[in-house]
Amino acid sequence: MEITLTHYLVLSTVLFAIGLIGVMRRKNLLMLFFATEILLNAVNIGMAAISHFRGDYTGQMFAFFIIAIAASEVAVGLGLLIVWYKRTGKIDLDQMTSMRG
Amino acid sequence: MFEAIAFYLFAALTIIMFTITVMTSQALYALTAMAAGMIFISAFFFILGADFLGAIQIIVYTGAVMAIYAFGMMFFDTTRNVIEKRSNPQFVVVLGGLAAVLVVFIVLAPIVTTNLNANYPIDLAVGNTQAIGMVLFTKYLVPFELAAVMLLVAMIAGIVLAGKKMDKSLTLMAEEDIALMHASSATEITQEEAY
Repeated sequence: MEITLTHYLVLSTVLFAIGLIGVMRRKNLLMLFFATEILLNAVNIGMAAISHFRGDYTGQMFAFFIIAIAASEVAVGLGLLIVWYKRTGKIDLDQMTSMRG
Repeated sequence: MFEAIAFYLFAALTIIMFTITVMTSQALYALTAMAAGMIFISAFFFILGADFLGAIQIIVYTGAVMAIYAFGMMFFDTTRNVIEKRSNPQFVVVLGGLAAVLVVFIVLAPIVTTNLNANYPIDLAVGNTQAIGMVLFTKYLVPFELAAVMLLVAMIAGIVLAGKKMDKSLTLMAEEDIALMHASSATEITQEEAY
């Protein structure tokens, strides 16, 4: 029972699909942020697995930079969300129609 | 054998935790389930020999990101259930089909390209953390510095956005009052410039 690269890629795909379901069904912006974190983590598993099975450090490097991007995304996104909540009292995606899109 | 047991155990746990995160209507359940899922993901990094990445995963995600979310949730009303109405199912179906095609490409890409050469081959004589440091501070020094600048910018943006006008409640004020407040602060600045 050998665990191969395919096992890890299938797991990464399943987690990515869960994150995509979350992005599509969530209307609350805080929950939408949770789903994007799941997407980034799913990709990180694939990167680390390819790094291990191909014998190359590049995958782990990209995983580090993805973690850095996720951290800064949370800081800026949550700051914007707090300002929006102070202004309107809601964090619902359907009510963000001030730009008339 | 132990690798297989660990893989299947943590795969099941991670999938369950992230499904709870996506499906629950309680924000607090979603937060705690995602924190648990992040910890379980670090187990995969340890299995794959990426020790430093696993430690970073625990420190950054469950230490920093989850703490930021927990602090942010204090601003929101998280006790009530999250109300979500569904509309436009055709749009979701089209997006789901596109995402499925993309995922097929993502999975096939590393399997099809079998003639890849390792740029920075893994050296088992050197420990993982030491080797990561050597690659990161030679070949990836410029992206590392750029990531540092990006984190600094994000930190300043977070402080400015969340910390501004903390003593006033922008929710309870009318739009005119907010405009008036901005106008008065603008005149204060021009007066200071006049001196």
